[in-house]
Amino acid sequence: MIQHFLRRALQAVAVMALATLVAFLLFNYVGDPVSNMLGQEASREDREGLRERLGLNDPFVVQFARFAGKAVQGDFGISYRLQRPVADLLAERLPATIELVFASAIFAVALGVSLGIFTAIRRESWISRTILAVSLVGVSLPTFVIGIGLIYLFAVTLGWLPSFGRGDVVQLGWWSTGLLTASGLKALLLPAVTLGLFQMTFILRLVRAEMLEVLSADFIRTARAMGLTERMINTKYALKNAGLPVITIIGLKLGELIAFSIVTETVFQWPGMGLLFIQAVSFADIPIMAAYLFMVALVFVLINLAVDLLYVALDPRLRGRAA
Amino acid sequence: MSDALTPVAKPGYLWTRFRRSPLAMTAAAVTLLIVGGALLAPLLASQNPFDPAALDLSNGLFKPAWLEGGDARFLLGSDDQGRDMLSALLYGSRISLLVGVASVLFAAVMGVAVGLIAGYAGGWIDTLAMRLADVQLTIPAILIALMVDGLARATLQPAVHEAAAIYVLIFSIGIADWPQYARIVRAATAVQKTLGYVSAARVMGVPAPVIVFKHILPNVLTSVMVLATLGLALAIISEATLSFLGVGMPPTAPSLGTLIRIGNNFLFSGEWWITLFPSLTLVILALAVNMLGDWLRDALNPKLK
Amino acid sequence: MIIRPFLILLATSALFASVAHAENVLRWSSQGDAMTMDSHAQNEGQTRTFAQQVEDALINRKPDLTKEPGLAVSWKLINPTTWEFKLRAGVKFHDGRAFSADDVVFSFKRAQMPTSDLKDLITTVADVVKVDPLTVHITTKGPDPILLDEITNIFIMSKGWSEEHKVAVPQNYNGGEETYAVRHKNGTGPFKLELREPDVRTVMVKNADWWGLKDNPHNVDRIIYTPIRNPATRIAALLSGELDFLLDPPVQDIARIEASGMFAIQKAVSPWTIFLGMNSGRKELTSSSVKGKNPFADIRVRKAVNMAVDVNGITTRIMRGFGQPAGSLVPPGVYGYDKSLDTHLAFDAEGAKKLLAEAGYPTGFDVRLDCPNDRYLNDEPTCQAIVGMLARIGVKAALDLKPRTLHFPKVQTKQTDFYMYGWGTDTTDAHNHLSFLSLPTSTTNATEYSDPKLFELVNAMATEIDVAKRDAMIKEASVRLRDAYSYVPLYHPIIAWATRKGLNIPITLDNLPHFQFARFAP
Repeated sequence: MIQHFLRRALQAVAVMALATLVAFLLFNYVGDPVSNMLGQEASREDREGLRERLGLNDPFVVQFARFAGKAVQGDFGISYRLQRPVADLLAERLPATIELVFASAIFAVALGVSLGIFTAIRRESWISRTILAVSLVGVSLPTFVIGIGLIYLFAVTLGWLPSFGRGDVVQLGWWSTGLLTASGLKALLLPAVTLGLFQMTFILRLVRAEMLEVLSADFIRTARAMGLTERMINTKYALKNAGLPVITIIGLKLGELIAFSIVTETVFQWPGMGLLFIQAVSFADIPIMAAYLFMVALVFVLINLAVDLLYVALDPRLRGRAA
Repeated sequence: MSDALTPVAKPGYLWTRFRRSPLAMTAAAVTLLIVGGALLAPLLASQNPFDPAALDLSNGLFKPAWLEGGDARFLLGSDDQGRDMLSALLYGSRISLLVGVASVLFAAVMGVAVGLIAGYAGGWIDTLAMRLADVQLTIPAILIALMVDGLARATLQPAVHEAAAIYVLIFSIGIADWPQYARIVRAATAVQKTLGYVSAARVMGVPAPVIVFKHILPNVLTSVMVLATLGLALAIISEATLSFLGVGMPPTAPSLGTLIRIGNNFLFSGEWWITLFPSLTLVILALAVNMLGDWLRDALNPKLK
Repeated sequence: MIIRPFLILLATSALFASVAHAENVLRWSSQGDAMTMDSHAQNEGQTRTFAQQVEDALINRKPDLTKEPGLAVSWKLINPTTWEFKLRAGVKFHDGRAFSADDVVFSFKRAQMPTSDLKDLITTVADVVKVDPLTVHITTKGPDPILLDEITNIFIMSKGWSEEHKVAVPQNYNGGEETYAVRHKNGTGPFKLELREPDVRTVMVKNADWWGLKDNPHNVDRIIYTPIRNPATRIAALLSGELDFLLDPPVQDIARIEASGMFAIQKAVSPWTIFLGMNSGRKELTSSSVKGKNPFADIRVRKAVNMAVDVNGITTRIMRGFGQPAGSLVPPGVYGYDKSLDTHLAFDAEGAKKLLAEAGYPTGFDVRLDCPNDRYLNDEPTCQAIVGMLARIGVKAALDLKPRTLHFPKVQTKQTDFYMYGWGTDTTDAHNHLSFLSLPTSTTNATEYSDPKLFELVNAMATEIDVAKRDAMIKEASVRLRDAYSYVPLYHPIIAWATRKGLNIPITLDNLPHFQFARFAP
């Protein structure tokens, strides 16, 4: 297991190194930092001076090391568009995205897993068949279509829920949260469902497939033959064995939630990192793009490591090897 | 995964199962209808919505033909620019399908090649390729696509960027998906390599490329096919999402996603046809392809019957 | 599980807190945010809207654009080139500093610095001198008949505050500079800037010590601004009751908003012109495959482009009546406007093709059209329609849509061949439009069209005090500029404001709201 862990840790470092390299290339070669900082009218001497001060005349490796060092400290320079340090911008927008992603992850996992188990155990019932048919539609519905539809129905036609923004937020230190106010919770509902729906249907189908796979396995048949109750079989053996691959995939899907929060945040004007990033893409605001890439890669790596840990905790065989 | 010694993917077998599944047949019919419409767009469409000179503002905002205020020339109505919605849908599906198919092909070819090489060669090549795939799998496709597009936007001249938009899309959606193919192909190849007939061929001095392409490749194709069909639906949705975000196809050469983005502005103003028809087309297309993929996977996996 | 009751407690207390105060909160939106809080760094509509809530000029404007005393209580001309201003006594900045003549001198000098975007407005100002703490003299290089109009845009900042926060020099916007003033403002105006999160939220609160409160007792306690780029989301937010005021309801949705019965729509022709500019000055266009010559340098080509654009089609179909077809860059409502000049060249695609052929482009040519996509109402579809109209005469325009923060610097640094732009009045005098859109030194003129006689006229009207002579100059300059066809005037926007019933905000003709004139019904 130590070996397994070392390999994963090494891989995490590789991901971060690669992400940093791409971010560095973006920053230094795509956006010209000098003309972005000095403007068009700057003189030749000014430019050279700034190049020297920024260390742009240093060898590639030195520059990269410096960039990586700064990145680790969270220093990504200044946004071309908003003229503010990128790190500040990301820190301001981070809580909104995290809260949105977690809310939709809880929604997707809770509903997806329970419906998945249900449809696997009651394979033939018409409810299961309906759920499955609807879930296929769910996988085929693009996030933005869902969002627009929900806004039209719940915000404009029925007037139950807000159509944009985070509602009132409460400041807890540097973290701004919408979870402590009624309007904040209401505002979270539609975006979270929009973001989670696609993943929910995906998890549902995955859990169902894994459960079916396990339920048809030999050891379950043996358990049945030995006279264990269906409930016992379903919860104690089937679920546990179906759980492992599900957890791995759900871990990856959490990462996808962060990526798709870009779409949800655009539709709902949710002031998170995704909205910041998509505007950076259309404005070619390289420092923000570079920093976002770095941040998201970091989050993914952390999620993957966490999934690995969970995996070990759940799989007795891996634990055994560690001992 | 199909068992190599008893390949289940006999065309005859699949066809029989297909004939027995009304769902699969409906999905195939719908897919064929949309694909046919897209392919024959220049013949079917009453105008070329990509030609700015063909659009006339005075044809703007007609309702669908069966409603009062409609015009027989514009069966599904027209948008604010005087673009015939039906023509726009036909041409838009063409772009969406083209991007979808091309990016899936790109991903599949690249993934299969990497998978075959890695699985057959083994050793450090294998390790390197698979670690690379792992690394890339941790980053979601849509994000890679956005990054590539952002890069293209920052480096290319606007006019070039517009002309290159479709290639940028194909590349950015395709490049994100190759590891999936590489993984399954590599796993299957590694298994096949140890089997008797491959070892026999090796001993007989058949060159590696021949073994790989003639003996191993056909055996992994069924899995690739399932993955590609499901991937096609995802690729179409990805394209629509990027275009909806405004980083995909430009409004002068709209795909389904671009049409939805434009139509979105008319969501509340009563001109529902500008947004409803492209959305419906997109969802129906994705649903049909997904159903086909689902069916194909189940048909090839006897356990889940 | 202990955490749950705690959460509920917090949630309910927050709820009660907001009920107890019963503030009048004005929640409003439009498609784009102000570019900066440094009011001297950008001369742009939304930036100025924010400035005029927080800051005052010596002379302020009312919603109908007439002038009223601001930080100056009275003024008089003491010789042809010197104005004397008596300043308001007892005024305090939001941070508590006292306002005095030093701040006025400082602010005018600041607005004249190279990085200021307002410097072109006060080019005639030679010096600003403090006479005593409540008196300043502004001297001009020559007689300036519209000085009082020009200085309504020069917002007064605190000298002490600016020096303390190292913002004595305006932010270099096009150079991408960050300063303290990008997110902070300290003025003397009716509202204080409480929170500034660019692109997310800007919150202002009532300045209970505002000097004007006595004569203008408004009841707006708090203003929350949320820019919403996506038109569907914006209109959904309004219809679902989450906004009290929408500055720019999409024209296609206005009928629906009125039909809902919850909102009042106010309309007015604004003193703005939306137009296209063609660069006729450079040797060859940077975005065209025509090399060695510039098609736009030929007046026949420029005229052909003017003839090919069907402005009536744009105003009726794209703008749905919320635009008045334009033939003149000087808009109605501005001194010097001449209705007889405000007719667009008749739409004639065939005639345009003939002109192009005469000019040596029988099959047309290609060029890039630069357009904003978040500045003017329906700017994107308008440009798209223009691409179609030009295609019909063989001019292949590649459309480059950019957000305003990328589009404006392109025009301001003259890095465009063909562009969409709009100009609203700063001074309510034709000189403002004529100078900003024709003089080669202007940062808002990327046509690089050269006509020394026109320049002479525009410069002369800036100092001519004989009204009849000056009127003749305005007319002659307007005709010369029109007949150069270096611009394609499109339309004068008809602005429409959507306000929730129970709230009254008098429409401001320049489309820049003043919230101190807003009133909540009791």
